[in-house]
Amino acid sequence: MPLDLYLNVAAGGLLTGLVYGLAALGLSVIFGVVRIVNFAHGELMVIGMYAAVLAAGSLSIDPLLATPVVAGLLFAVGYGLQRGLVNRFIDRPDHMQFILLVGIAMMIVNGLLIVFGPDSRNAQVSYAFDAIEIGPLLLDTVRVYAGGGALTVAALLFFFFRCTLTGKAIRACADNQLGARVVGLNVERLYAFTFGLGAATAGIAGCLMTLLVDVRPQLAPEYTLLSFIVVIVGGLGSMGGALLGGVLIGISEAMAGFILLPSMKSMFSYGLLILVLLLRPQGLLGKRP
Amino acid sequence: MLATRRWFGAQMDTVVTGRNEERLGLTRRDFGKATLAASAAAVVLTRAPAFAQDTVLKVGVLLPRSGYLAQPGQACQRGADIAATLLPELGFRVEVLNADTESNPDVARSRAEKLIQDGAQVIVGAFDSGQTTAAAQVCEQRGIPLVVNIAAAPQLTEQGYRTIFRNFPTSPTLVGNGLALMKDLFATTGTTPRSAVFLHANDTFGQANKAALDKLFPTLDMPFPMPEAISYDPKAQDLAVEVAKARATGAELVIVTTRANDAIMIVREMVKQRYEPMAVVSPGSPGMYDEQFYKVLGKYSDYCISNLPWYDPKSPLARKVEKTFKDKFPSDRFEGYAFNVGFTFEAVLIAADAFKRAGTGEPAALLDALRQTNLSEKIMLGGPIQFDAKGQNNAIASACVQNFKLRPTVVLPKENAEAAPVFPMPGWQKRA
Repeated sequence: MPLDLYLNVAAGGLLTGLVYGLAALGLSVIFGVVRIVNFAHGELMVIGMYAAVLAAGSLSIDPLLATPVVAGLLFAVGYGLQRGLVNRFIDRPDHMQFILLVGIAMMIVNGLLIVFGPDSRNAQVSYAFDAIEIGPLLLDTVRVYAGGGALTVAALLFFFFRCTLTGKAIRACADNQLGARVVGLNVERLYAFTFGLGAATAGIAGCLMTLLVDVRPQLAPEYTLLSFIVVIVGGLGSMGGALLGGVLIGISEAMAGFILLPSMKSMFSYGLLILVLLLRPQGLLGKRP
Repeated sequence: MLATRRWFGAQMDTVVTGRNEERLGLTRRDFGKATLAASAAAVVLTRAPAFAQDTVLKVGVLLPRSGYLAQPGQACQRGADIAATLLPELGFRVEVLNADTESNPDVARSRAEKLIQDGAQVIVGAFDSGQTTAAAQVCEQRGIPLVVNIAAAPQLTEQGYRTIFRNFPTSPTLVGNGLALMKDLFATTGTTPRSAVFLHANDTFGQANKAALDKLFPTLDMPFPMPEAISYDPKAQDLAVEVAKARATGAELVIVTTRANDAIMIVREMVKQRYEPMAVVSPGSPGMYDEQFYKVLGKYSDYCISNLPWYDPKSPLARKVEKTFKDKFPSDRFEGYAFNVGFTFEAVLIAADAFKRAGTGEPAALLDALRQTNLSEKIMLGGPIQFDAKGQNNAIASACVQNFKLRPTVVLPKENAEAAPVFPMPGWQKRA
């Protein structure tokens, strides 16, 4: 089989993996700081997807251009969720947090089913059938835009956490909550801000994913699970790990499907997960507890 | 140990009986008999109206109205809705009870149980072979007739069930007819591909079609070697890898077993990956004539071919169904729903006709009447609806339906053709 076919499949997997990575990045950010596992993460992502589909369908706004508005909307949802509900459960046992977030997830999925119904919906874009030719590579235009968007947002997040005062304050909260309180940081507000940021990241990933797949409410639990696989492979709480995990899952699924059987794709992502859990339980870029 | 428990039990009975005798004047044994009699009376009284009245047949329609099969499930639902409106006008008395399988065989099983508990005297469904198999087990256990609207897995009518009646071809018939029509297509157009690849969903329906293809292909003297099969998860959200793999084979003909969502993804990826086969042909699966396929793909939906059972536009009943469809769904085209609507309508009609002849909704009488079915006024192409000893209708014909200007058009057999077939199809980039 010609090498360019392998390269094309790997490139497609890489670009899709970047969007997976961005989705998981939001989950990782929330866990890294707030220490709460967001079991409603895929649901927030699907809200972002529906927002993008509505923007494209009703207002003819490209999902890429809709990302700032969707990010703002999801930030508000995440911020409100943390301040109003999740914050009250921060010191409670893990199983209570789990039930709370699973409950929120189920409410979101059922709410989406009531509002939008079970049918798949998609955002029609003018470049949906286009491809970009670079030497032997024939790259799907929507995948290039989605992957590029994911890289840009990830870079902005890295910049925010490394170079801004708020980002540094959030990292301080993550490192030492008591110390952060001692120096006068409003930890609750920073937690809410972080949750909002994680939700906004999920929303942007949702917008980008709308370019690749049709949306339906039942996708939400699948994306929650996918985000978990990605962050566990990359390392829970590690931003770089989330991106790396996404790319690894994307490429391994694509190559396994191409070389072996396409219906075995999911087996490989779970296989990779089990391998990482056995050999490096903290994830590829995660820190030992 | 057992003896001791019996002894203690006997002692307890004596004590309790004594108390009851004093308080109520009723022994425990009498109470038990009374309870049993009351339960039996309740069962008789609750079931009695259904059999005693027998003025209306309660038809439980079981379909995947949500989940990944929601689109075709909802299309089938329209057939059931039209039946509920049109059949009373034609002199049949039916009441339709609806249930959603959520595209899940386990849910299909529990919903079939629920429909029967709610008084359904016959079940119609369930679009998908896996879900129909689950419902068939329930119907067989409860002795309630199941009229299959759409489901092709051969085992449904091959496992000796007494309660199943299928007005839809089996996978071998679908694939056999589909491959035969492919040969007709090559002969008519004078062009023959030298290689093919087979893309199919990895579910009960897809696997059944794959098995049928494997079995029938060597016997049909096809002009190309056995196609390489590429299976995929029917819930997949992205088929880029699958299409890349198909493209890598260099096949000139793409044979598919799909439903609407995966058919859309396959064609979209072919356009993006600039894979230009001579045609995309389905030997008997849905997807490429669905309204959603046209809406999403636009000009790229044209020239795709489905070799499958199709409705007879000249049939008076088909015209009545089409008119009711247009009244109920004025913004949608009948052609995009005709397959799902036609078979689901016919399934309800079969049940209603059996009820009319039996004069009762009692299961045994309904089953007998269903076995005697002989319906010549129908919607889909083929002979009168009759069932063999296994409950299979073997008289359903297939047509070669090609998309032209976003409309499914019969191109073969010649006697039913509305237009001449186009093969090979124009390239993706050459379409205006």
